[in-house]
Amino acid sequence: MKRRKVDLKALPGKTAQEVDTRLPVATPLRGILNKVFPDHWSFLLGEIALFSFIILLLTGTFLALFFEPSLQEVHYNGSYLPLQGVQMSRAYETALDLSFDVRGGLIMRQMHHWAALLFMAAIVVHMFRIFMTGAFRKPREINWIIGLSMFWLGFTEGFAGYSLPDDALSGTGLRIASAIMLSIPVIGSWVTTSLFGGEFPGEIILSRLYILHVFLLPLILLALVSIHVGLVFVQKHTQWPGPGRTNKNVVGERMFPRYAIKQGGFFMLVFAVIALMGGLFQINPIWLFGPYEAAVVSAGSQPDWYVMFLDGSTRLMPAWDIRFLGYNIPPLFWPTVVLPGILTVLPMAYPWIEARWKKDKASHNLLQRPRDVPDRTGLAAMALAFYLVLTISGGNDIFADKFHISLNAMTWAGRIGLLILPPLAYYFARRLALGLQQHDREVLAHGVETGIIKRLPDGRFVEVHQPLAAPDEHGHTDLPYVGWTVPKKMNRLGALGPAVRGFFRPIEQPAPPQQEEQPREEITSGKS
Amino acid sequence: MSDTNTQVRDAAGVDLDNPNLTRFDIVREGARRDGVEIVHYEPQYAPGSKGEKRMTRIVAFFFLLTGIMSTLFVIAFIWWPWEYELGPHASKYYTPVLGLTLGLALVGVGLGILTWGKKLLPHEIAIQERHDGPSSPEEQKLTGSTLQFIGAEMGLGRRPILKWSLLGLAPLGLAAAAVPIGALIKDPHHPDILFKTGFAGATRANPIRLMHDDGTLVRPEEVSTGGQITVFPNIPGGASNHYADSPTLLIHLREEDAALLNGRLYSINQNSPWSSFVAYSKICTHAGCPASLYEQQTNRLLCPCHQSQFLITDNARPIFGPATRSLPMLPISVDKEGYLVAVGDYKVPVGPAFWEKD
Ligand code: HEM
Ligand code: FES
Repeated sequence: MKRRKVDLKALPGKTAQEVDTRLPVATPLRGILNKVFPDHWSFLLGEIALFSFIILLLTGTFLALFFEPSLQEVHYNGSYLPLQGVQMSRAYETALDLSFDVRGGLIMRQMHHWAALLFMAAIVVHMFRIFMTGAFRKPREINWIIGLSMFWLGFTEGFAGYSLPDDALSGTGLRIASAIMLSIPVIGSWVTTSLFGGEFPGEIILSRLYILHVFLLPLILLALVSIHVGLVFVQKHTQWPGPGRTNKNVVGERMFPRYAIKQGGFFMLVFAVIALMGGLFQINPIWLFGPYEAAVVSAGSQPDWYVMFLDGSTRLMPAWDIRFLGYNIPPLFWPTVVLPGILTVLPMAYPWIEARWKKDKASHNLLQRPRDVPDRTGLAAMALAFYLVLTISGGNDIFADKFHISLNAMTWAGRIGLLILPPLAYYFARRLALGLQQHDREVLAHGVETGIIKRLPDGRFVEVHQPLAAPDEHGHTDLPYVGWTVPKKMNRLGALGPAVRGFFRPIEQPAPPQQEEQPREEITSGKS
Repeated sequence: MSDTNTQVRDAAGVDLDNPNLTRFDIVREGARRDGVEIVHYEPQYAPGSKGEKRMTRIVAFFFLLTGIMSTLFVIAFIWWPWEYELGPHASKYYTPVLGLTLGLALVGVGLGILTWGKKLLPHEIAIQERHDGPSSPEEQKLTGSTLQFIGAEMGLGRRPILKWSLLGLAPLGLAAAAVPIGALIKDPHHPDILFKTGFAGATRANPIRLMHDDGTLVRPEEVSTGGQITVFPNIPGGASNHYADSPTLLIHLREEDAALLNGRLYSINQNSPWSSFVAYSKICTHAGCPASLYEQQTNRLLCPCHQSQFLITDNARPIFGPATRSLPMLPISVDKEGYLVAVGDYKVPVGPAFWEKD
C-alpha cells in the first residue's frame, strides 16, 4: 500500500474548509471574533456574578452526588465523634458525611457556600453600578428586569440551599419561612400546609426544596443568565463617554484575542478566590450547630448575609396586628411579603418612571457618571442607606452584644434610622454630586491646581493653575465637559482614560454628555 | 505589527488578491466589513525587547507556579491524612492545604493568562458601529403585513364561531393547573392541625405527662426556684420534630412572682402546692422560633430570632419587639405519682399567627 503524505501544515485550513462547506460559518464567526467590547473595571462586576454561578453549578453538582434530602430519622455513625449516636435526619447525616467522610467534600461544600455569597454580593454591587450609571435606560429595560428577577431567584435559590443540610440554622430559617407564608391573608394557612405537606416541618419539605434547588431554579437561572448575556451581546455593551465615543459606536477591543483572554484570566482569578476562601475560611460549620430540633435555637443565629435585610425589616417592624371579624393580618406580613413586593415592582418600573420624570424617551448607549445625574445618585444613596439600616438591624443582637448596647436601643435606633437616614443620604449624595460637577467645570475653565502659590504685586496670594488648553485673554479655557474624568492633578494630565493613550487619529467629535441626536460623520467602512 | 498605513485600498475596499497585502491588512479589511474599524494597533513592547522578554518570563513563571501547585494539590489530596481525628491533628489542615494549593494553582493560571493578554498582546482600539434603533420603515411594513396576513388567514374575525369555540379550550389550561395544585393542596382545617399540638386529647381525667427530651418524666422538684426547663408531651415521638409545635417551657417562679401571676393561672393551679409552676408554649407567637432565653432577674423571655420579649409574670404578654400575642399557657397539674401532667391542650393555637387565628 502506498502511504499518502499528510501535509500537517495545511491540515487546519483544510479542516476549516471542510467544515465551512457543510456549515457556512466563515461570515458569522468572523463577526464574533471581531465584535468590539468596551472595557472598564465596573463592567467586571456582572462577570463576577456569572463566574460564581458557573462555579456554583460545578461544586453543586459534586455535592448532589453525595447528598440525600431525606428527613428519615437515623443515628449518626460517621467519623465526627462528638455527634456519634445522635439522632438526626438523613439529610443532616449526608451533609456531615460530605464534611468528614468524603475526600475533599468539605472544601467543595465551603466553596459552594462561598460562591453563593459571592454570587449574591456581585449581583447587588452590579445592580448598583447599573443603576448609578443609567445603564438601565432605553433600550436596556428588559435586561434590568431580568437582572432584578435573577436577584430574587438567587435569593430563593440560596435560601433553599441553606435549608437543605437540616442543621439547627436551616430548620430555624425554614420555620420562619413557614411563618411568613402563614402570614399571607386569606390563603396563608393553605399555602403553608400545601407546601409542607401538612404542619411544619412535615416529612416532604426537603425533597421539594431539593428539586427546587438543584433543578428548577438553576434551570430558570441558567436560562435567564443566557438571555441576559445574550442581550448584552446583541444590544452591545454601553460605554463611558470619551474621545471618539458616541451613542452610535462602541470603542474598545475586538473580542479575540485580547478581550477574551482577559475574561478567561479573570474567571480563573474568581475561581482562585473562591477556592482559597473555601479552603481557608470556615463557613456554615453545620457540625457545630447540631441537627435541627424544634425546641432549640442559639442566640446569634444568623441567616446568610443577603437574607439579613429581611431579617432586619422583621425585627424593626412594630407589633401592629390588624384584627377584624375574627380574622387578622399579623405584623410579619408587612416586612416579609409586602416589602419584598415593593422592592421588586418599584425598581422594575424605575426605567419608565425616570423616562417620564426626565422627559427622556431616547435610546442611550453612553453611560452617565453618577455626579452628572444628582437626583438618581441621590436615590441610589437613599436605597443603599435603607438597605444598610435593614441589613445591620438583621444582626442587631450581635451589635448589641459586641458593643454593650441594649437590644431595645438598637431596635429603636434602627426604626428611627430607617426613616431619617435615607432622606439624609439622598441630600448628601446629591450635594456631593453637584459639588463634584462644579469642580469639574472649574478645572475645565481655569485649569488644574498646581500647588504653586504665587504672590501678586498687591500682596495677595493665588494658586497657579495649569490650563488644560490655550487660555483666552481672561486666562479662561472654554473646554466643553464630555461626561468623563477631568484631570485634577498635574500627573494625571494626558491620562484621560486608558483608551486615549496613543490615540492619534481623531475619528469624531467627542460626544456631549446629554447624548442628543447629533450629526455624525461616517467612519470609513468597507461595508457597502 | 504596528499601526501602518500600508494597505492598498480604494472606495470599494481592499483587493484581497493584492500580493502586497500583509495578513494584518486582510484582518483589518475583514473587521471593516463587520463594521469594525481598527484605529490603533500597537505592540506594547518591541519584538525581542527586554521588556517583552521579561513579560514572557513572568507568564512562564505563573504557569510554572500552576504546575507546581496543582501537583502539590494532587499529592495532598491523596496522601495528606484527611480522616477526622479528635484534638489537634494533621487532618484539621486537609481542607486548608487543598484550598491553598488549588487557589494558588488557579491564581497562577489567572495571572499568567492576564499578563499574556494585557502585556504581550498588542494594545488596540477598535471602533464598531452600533446598528441599533428600529428596523427600516420598509422592513417594518413587510413584517407587519406578513403578521397581519397570518392573522387574517386564520380568519377569527370572519368566523365568530371559532372565536367562541376557542373559549372551549380554556378548561385544558384548567386541567393542566389542576394536577399540580390538586396534588399539592392540603386542607389546614380537616384535620385541624394548626390548632392542635402533641397535648391534644389531654383532659383532667386523662392527662398527658410531661417529659424531658430524653423521654424521662418530670417531677416538680427537678426545677429549682427561678429555673426553667423545656418539656414535651410524653407520647411516642413527643420530643421529635414531628411535634414541632409542642415544646413547652416549664418555669418554677419565685414566690413573689407567682403571686403576681396567680390570678391569671388556670383555676386548677390556683392555691395548689404547685401554683408557682407555670408552662408556656416555647414557640414564639411571632415567627415560630423557640423563645428560649429566660432572664431570671426581670422574668422576661427573649426570643433570639427577632428579639420579642415576653413578660412571664403577666401571662407571657409581649412587651417588646414584633410579636403581638402572648405565649399560650398549658394547663398543668401533678398526678398521683407526683409527675407533672398537662390536663388539656393549649386553648389557643400555638406559634405564629395566621388569617383564621383570631
Ligand atoms: C445560584 C445557584 C446556587 C446557590 C446560590 C446555592 C446556594 C447553596 C447554599 C447556600 C447551600 C448550603 C451549603 C452548605 O451546606 O453550607 C447549598 C447547598 C447545596 N447545594 Fe447549592 N446553590 C446553588 C446551585 C446549586 C446547584 C446548581 C446544585 C446542584 C446541581 C446545588 C446543589 C447543592 C446541594 C446538593 C447542597 C446541599 C449539600 C450540603 O449542604 O452540604 N446547588 N447551596
Ligand atoms: S420568632 Fe420570636 S421574635 Fe420572631
